[in-house]
Order: sequence, then C-alpha cells, then structure tokens
Amino acid sequence: MTFRSILNLSPGDEGAAERSEPPACFGDLNLDQIVVSIIAGRQDYNLAPFFYQPLRSREAVEYRQGVMRDLEDRVHFDAVAEFGKGARSVRDHVAQAQKLRHKYQKEAWALDAVDVYCRAVGALHAHFLNSVPSSAGLTGFVGYLEAYVASPEFRRLAEDAAALKAKLGEVRYTLLIRDSVITVTAFQDEPDYGAEIQADFDKFKQGAAADHVFKFSDFDQMNHIEAGVLDRVALLYPEVFAELDAFISRSGGFFDATIARFDREAQFYLAYIAHMRRISGSGLAFCYPTVSNESKAVSASQCYDLALAGTLLDQGRPVVPNDFFLAGRERIIIVSGPNQGGKTTFARMFGQLHHLAAIGCPVPAASARLYLFDDVFTHFEKEEDVLNFRGKLHDDLFRLRRTLNSATSDSLIILNEVFNSTSLKDAVFLSAEILTRIIALDAVCVCVTFIDELASLSETTVSMASTVKPGNVAERTFKIVRRPPDGLAYAISIAQKYRLTYAQLRDRLSS
Amino acid sequence: MKAFLMHRDRDFDLERPSPGIEADLKKDLALELLFVAMANGDTFVFEVAQKAVLAGVGERLETITYRQAAVKDAIRNPSTMRQFYGLAQEALQRQKKVWPRYREYPSGTLDTAVEHMAIFVDVLKRLRDLADRNAEAFQSEAFTNLCRMLARELDGAYFKLIDSHLKRLKFRDGVLVSVGLGKGVKGANYVLRRPLKPSGSWFARIFRRGPVGYSLRLAPRDEAGAKAMSELRDRGLGLAADALAKSAEHILSFFRMLQTELAFYIGCVNLHERLLEIVAPFTFPAAKPFQPYRLSCAGLYDVCLALSMNRRIVGNDVEADGKNLIVVTGANQGGKTTFLRSVGLAQLMMQCGMFAPASRLEASMVDGLFTHFKREEDATMKSGKFDEELSRMNDIANRLTHHGSILFNESFAATNEREGSEIARQIVSAVLEGGRRVAFVSHQFAFTNAMYESGRDSTLFLRADRQEDGRRTFRLTVGKPLATSFGEDVYREVFLRDAAEQHSIARHTPASIGRFDAEKDAWSDEGTDYARARK
Repeated sequence: MTFRSILNLSPGDEGAAERSEPPACFGDLNLDQIVVSIIAGRQDYNLAPFFYQPLRSREAVEYRQGVMRDLEDRVHFDAVAEFGKGARSVRDHVAQAQKLRHKYQKEAWALDAVDVYCRAVGALHAHFLNSVPSSAGLTGFVGYLEAYVASPEFRRLAEDAAALKAKLGEVRYTLLIRDSVITVTAFQDEPDYGAEIQADFDKFKQGAAADHVFKFSDFDQMNHIEAGVLDRVALLYPEVFAELDAFISRSGGFFDATIARFDREAQFYLAYIAHMRRISGSGLAFCYPTVSNESKAVSASQCYDLALAGTLLDQGRPVVPNDFFLAGRERIIIVSGPNQGGKTTFARMFGQLHHLAAIGCPVPAASARLYLFDDVFTHFEKEEDVLNFRGKLHDDLFRLRRTLNSATSDSLIILNEVFNSTSLKDAVFLSAEILTRIIALDAVCVCVTFIDELASLSETTVSMASTVKPGNVAERTFKIVRRPPDGLAYAISIAQKYRLTYAQLRDRLSS
Repeated sequence: MKAFLMHRDRDFDLERPSPGIEADLKKDLALELLFVAMANGDTFVFEVAQKAVLAGVGERLETITYRQAAVKDAIRNPSTMRQFYGLAQEALQRQKKVWPRYREYPSGTLDTAVEHMAIFVDVLKRLRDLADRNAEAFQSEAFTNLCRMLARELDGAYFKLIDSHLKRLKFRDGVLVSVGLGKGVKGANYVLRRPLKPSGSWFARIFRRGPVGYSLRLAPRDEAGAKAMSELRDRGLGLAADALAKSAEHILSFFRMLQTELAFYIGCVNLHERLLEIVAPFTFPAAKPFQPYRLSCAGLYDVCLALSMNRRIVGNDVEADGKNLIVVTGANQGGKTTFLRSVGLAQLMMQCGMFAPASRLEASMVDGLFTHFKREEDATMKSGKFDEELSRMNDIANRLTHHGSILFNESFAATNEREGSEIARQIVSAVLEGGRRVAFVSHQFAFTNAMYESGRDSTLFLRADRQEDGRRTFRLTVGKPLATSFGEDVYREVFLRDAAEQHSIARHTPASIGRFDAEKDAWSDEGTDYARARK
C-alpha cells in the first residue's frame, strides 16, 4: 500500500477525518477551548477538523500514538518544525509572486519558491537518513520521501532550480545614468571606483572613519524605471531569461501533494506536543492511554481537566488531579457532594480524556485505560431559552429522548445537574427513569447530581463524592473519591459554622 | 602618514592617563604658570603641554634624547614651527567653516566632501612647500623625518591624482554603477565604477564598436520616473560620497594628529622666548638612568616663580650624586620651598624632553613624581589636619612607583614634634627602601637631627641661611640641621637682659635667632647656637 498520511492508517479513516463541524459535546466539555489553545498561532493549517473525529479502532489510535512518540523526540521535532518553516516560506514566495506585476519578477519569486522547496525537502530527507524514526507512520513517510527525492523528476527540479539561480546570480550589468538617459550595458569588469578613491587617500588614515550610509526605499514592487532597466537586462542576457521562462512554465504544481499533506498533518502533532510542553512544565503528567473496544473497565490516575489546567496555570494556581476506575459490571458514576467542589470539572475531565484518547493523543493523566466510544452525549445545565414556549423541563426531556434513541451500548453519556429546576420529588422520579434506561443500554455514564439515592439504584452504579478539608468545612479539596454520598451532613456542618441551624438562629433572633 | 615628533615610533596619546596625582602636582608646583607660558593664549597648546609635562615621568631615556634634539630644532627655528602649526590649524578651521549641506542626501554629502577636499589640497601643497624650504635647517631625527615624509608622500604626482579625482567626481559624463540581480531580480550590490579608458589610437577608437547597450529615455514630464532615475543615480553617488567623505575625514585626522604633535614644540618655543625675555638661563639636561641616583646642577631655579615675577631669580648649585634623601632646614622664607619646587619642575621638564631651568643639570630619571605639601586646615572639619596629611600620604603610597620621587614640604607637623618626627622618620625610611628618593623640607629638629645622627651617607643636608644683617640669600648651603632651641636664647634675651632692651625685644619668632642689637638697629645672632653652628 502506498503511503498517504501520518494521521490515518487507512483511507477509510481519512475521508471521515475532515468534518468541519465539531461534535455536539465539544462546548459542554470545554474541548473547544482546548482545541483553540492548542492550534493558536497555526491558523493557516486549519488543524481544528483533525480534533473533531474520534477514531474507532485501536490500530488507528496506536498509529497516531506512534507518530506522536517519535515527534516528542526533540531531534525529530526540530527537524519537522524546520521543514514547516520552509514550507511556509515556499507559500509566502508563491503568494508574493502573484502580487508582483513584472513578468520576470514573478518568475524570479516563483523560482525562489522552488529552490526553497527543494532545499527544505532535501534537509528533511537528510535528517531522517541520520535519525531513523520508529513509528509506522513516520517510517512510511520516510520511505515515500526517499523514493521521491531519488526520483528523476525531483532531481531535475532541484538541480535546474539551483543552476538557474546561480546563473542569475552571476548576471552583472552596468547603468550609465546621465541627464535623462539610462544606458544598460553588460559589465566589462570596470574597476571599483569607490575602492580606488579610498585607496588613494588611505595614507592619511589615522584610525577608522565613520560610514556614510544612505537609506534607500526597498519595495519588492519595481517602479517603471526599474522595470525598464530589467527589460533591457533581459535583452542583454537573453539565454538566462529564456531559461527562466522555460523553467517556470514547466514547473507549475511542483509541491508534491503527499508532502504537502505531511506538512499539514505534522502540525497537528507539533501543536499538541507544544501544548503538552507548556502544561507539563509545572509537574502535570501526560500519558499514552491503553485503548480498547472491548472492556468498559476504564480507569485513570492523576488525571485533570486540560482546559482548567491551562487557565489555572496562567493564574499561578495549583491543579488538583483525581483518580477513577470502573470495575466489572460498573458502568455509571454518580458524582455528588458540596457545590463548587469540582464535580462538573470531574465530569468534563472524564469526557475530555476519552475524546483525546480517541483522536490518538496523549491524555492528561499519569496512567489511563480507556474505552473507544462511538459517540459522546452531554447534557449540561442550559440557560432558559426565553423564546421557547415549551419550558425548560420539556426541552431537557426532549433532548434526553433523542440521546437515548441515538445512544448505543458503546456510547458515553454525561449528565450534569439535569432536572435541577424541578421539584425534588419530580427530579428523583425523572432521574431514576432516565438512569434505568441508560442502565438497560449498558452504556457508560457519568451523572453529576445532588440526588444521592441514585447511587444505590443498581449494582452498575458507583458513588463518588467531592470532599472538604476535615478541619475547615468551608474549604474544598477538589478531590473526588469513591465513597458513599454524604447526604445532608455537609450542609448541616456549614450551617452550624455560621450559626444558622434552627436552634442557633432562633436564639440569635430572640435576643 | 605619521608625524612621530613626540615618539620615534608612535603617536602622542592625548588621552592616556598620566601617572601621579595630577591635581596635587599642579597645585604644589604651580604648574599652571608653566603651561600658561607655554600656551601663550592657545588653549590647545595648553592642553598638550599639560599632558606632555605630566606624562613625562613615564617616558624612556631614548624618548628624552629624541625630543631634546627636536626641541633644539624648534627653538632654533621658531617661525618655521609656527608656520607648520599654523597650517594644521588653518586646515581644521577652514574645514569647520564649511556648512555641511543635506547630509541625508548623497549629492549633498558629496558636494561637502569635495569642498573639504579642495581646502585640504591647498593646505597640503603649502605644507609640502614649507617642508621643502626648511628641510635643511633641521638636524633632529624627528623633524628631518617629518620633512622627508611630506616630500615623499605629497609629491607632484599625488596632487595630480587628487585633481583628477575631484574632476571625475563632478560626474560630467554620468554616473556608472554596476548592479547584480537580487531577490526577485531587483537590482542589488550597487558598486560605483570608473569607466574603462578606451584604448588604441583615436582612429581605431572611432571604428571599433563599443559594447552593446540599451538605452532607456525618460519621458518629458514623467515626474515619478525622474524621481526613480535620480534615486538610481543617488545609489551610485552615495558610494562615491561615502568613499570621498571617508577620505576627507582621514586627511582631517591627519591634520589633527600633526597639530597635536607640533603643539608641544610650539609650547617650548613660547617658553624659550619668555626665558630669553627675562634673561633666565636654561640648559638641555643630561638625563641618566634610574640608578645610580644622580643630581648635579648649577643655577637651578623655580621657573614658575621667575615667570610670575617676570624676572630672573636666584638659583642653587647642588651636588647630590648618590644621595637618595635631601633634607632641607633653615630660616623661614629662605628659599626652602622654592628650592623644592625647582627640583620638581626640573625633573618634570627634563623627563618630557624639554630644556630645564638651570645653567647645568645632570639627573637620573624617576618613574613617578609626588608632592606632599602643607595644606589649609580642612574647612569641612571632617578630618583633622594631621589626619588629612596621613590620608594624602596614603594616596601617594597607593600609587608610588618603583623609582618614584616624593617632595615633602613641612609634612606631618600638624601635631607635636615628637609624634610628627617619628611618623616622618618611619615613612621616609620605608619609602627610601628600594630605589626611591625623597626631598624633605622640615622644621622638626627631632626628625632632621635623627636623620643626621644616623649618619647616612646617602643623605644631603641643606640649609637656608640668614646673613649677618638678617637678609636672606635664598641660596641653600650644605649644613646640618640646627636645633630650634632658640627658646633658651630668647629666654635669656627676655628675662636676663636689662629692661630697656627687653622692651624692644617684645617679639621673636622661633626661627629668628639671636638678639636685637640696639647699636646696629638689627637683629644679631651672635652668641647663639646658630652662630656657633655656622662657624
């Protein structure tokens, strides 16, 4: 099979890779923020679509992980980044050639584009000759590159470009500027008059004298006088300029498509690696997760919300990592506990980890075993839509019905505080109903709720709760651990702290 | 092209810091007067003279010989000296007067440079002529070489060459530049070129075809085009302007250098004329190496005092060969400080290659000269006087060189005599070890007598005497220090003579010894230690 891409093992994956819309769960999981920070500064490459489509097979994921591992090596990273710079320069040259007006100027810039291209490709090839990559992806690419560089077409392109540049570099002409006439002649090896003048007065020299340098305007676009001069130079050196014409007309489309694809796809990896370096500089870990289509016994240690980590690091605040696991028949995590304790963050993190693993990237954790879901459905607290006559509850239920219709046993469902704005009795009833349906699906689910009873709904549900510091109940730890829900105990202790229990408040108000 | 008038093989460095503590030296030896006389109103000569004289202690023996020969030439040919110096000054002043036009534009810079060049050519021609006319009169290596150098470098062919440059730089036949192809085949690497002279006979030239050229003519009223064309021209002119302006700067720096080298000799010429005016003697001293100590002179006088009094003054004869310590004692206002100054001044003047204020002088060189003179009470009351003296001595100690010389004038007297003498003795002993020399004017008998009693062969004791009639000779004579125990005499005078005489002996000064002789109506030191010692 001929090599095509370092991102996708088989053409099947590739076709689906270029979806232009992010998945519906992106916003809720803050994956949109994460992608924006990752691709910052690389707008030209349109990398976002690469982040949208999760892969479905373990082999596809491991293909990408292999390339990522190779490129994490500084040596390969730098060489590929350097190639990226070269490719960018080639595109800049081509753009410039289009902007200019004079025929030979356009051709000269186009020639330079080809020259830069050949050099960049040559350098990349030379690098990989020296340092051989290990991943299947890069090895495939290097094989392609070797064949390409050895091909007679490329060789001819590179040699012709270099030779033509050299010939143009040798062109020298003189201008005799007199009154209102410029005469253009071939260079006759006339002596350097400035040097002569200086030599004749050198004997007086006592020390270095200052330079008198004059600034001249230097636009790329030529004025009509310069253009006229250039035309006459072309008359003086017809062969060189004819060769230039010929070269340009036969070397359109010189940029190899596979290499161009490599250039773009490589940026996906380089961007992610750069992002990882920023985050892991402060002690947070990334790891290559083990992914599976079979076992839903997922687990991770020391994992964290990547979007939140970025924000907190900017503010100089610490990030609290957490662990989770599902064993045996466990499928649903019920997350409860005090407000602002990190429950929603936990839910987001669960979703992020799985999506990032599914696009072949290292995940924000010290270790992870994750499942390749076919889809991720999220239901986060949404604002009331004023124009919607049906009411919030109706909306929520409507959406949930759609979700449950589309979800399979290979899906991930994340519910965050749904049914918050109904009465307690209704919320309990509705939540139990929905969860029962999810249990029937055997899908994996994370449900953030204040309704503790749900944790004991079935043997497939697991309770995790956010914790507070033992001595100071007002202080969050942001640690979510597996334990039975606290019930009201927490709320009571807070009330006691502020002397707002019934007994305390009554005493206060009567005095 | 170098003048090398001050050193045989290098430029005179106006910027180099001089050893020694300049401010103290200048104040204590009243050097300003010397520089003023040398400068005769020219601030530049003042500056150079100051630098040369103060830096003299760092010079080598051969430099002194080199310069003395040149000074001899200078004072024998004063008007020639002044003409040389005047030419250098003229070049600098006329160049300054040219208003630099449009320095951002090449054509402006080029025009200014051409104007400068024309001035310089004129002065250089006259410089060359001056050298030619006077070469015979010079005998020193310095000036002979200068004239030879000028004759060699500024020959007729050279001036023709400059002329042809200045003509060509008018670019009457257009500006020729060579250009290469840069980024996007825009012009790059502009280099100004000189057109090749067509070779062969005029006949052949007419019929030979020149190289192929394509012309581009500017359309009338094409303003943008005219601007573009003139910018192309300016690229070429800019290179010419840079080259010529640099060259002009080189010539300017040559004149500056020449002026610097000559200034010292102008100073010597001026000083020489002043000394002739007041009929004061001078001599070209024989400078000797650091060791053995030599100081042998006749008629040594304080030249600054002479200049300020505008007349010849008394000199001293001293034989101090082999003596590294000179102790000077004696009557107030007897010429002790003046003598000290004359030693310092002669040392400085000898070391910078000038003539010295004496009728004969042989002296060994020093590599540093320091003065430690009495100072006013510290007005800020930050340190006591004695403290201040020792602080200054500390400064000197920090900079004292191996073959340095210190001149002490009534130092360490700001405390009682026993302490002061002891300090002085210790300091002097330490300084004298290892190649240094000291001259010390002191009233402290404990100190001077101790030095005397230790019977050192390498010390010369001089005394300022008073004549019978009380007048001073201002000459020092060899003599041991005398005790100022004139207190005893004075006591006798005051308490043991009859009242009438005592009346008139109301006051006495410590150093005025003797009794008032009513008959002679003068002080007499008969019967005192002083008189006894003198015998």
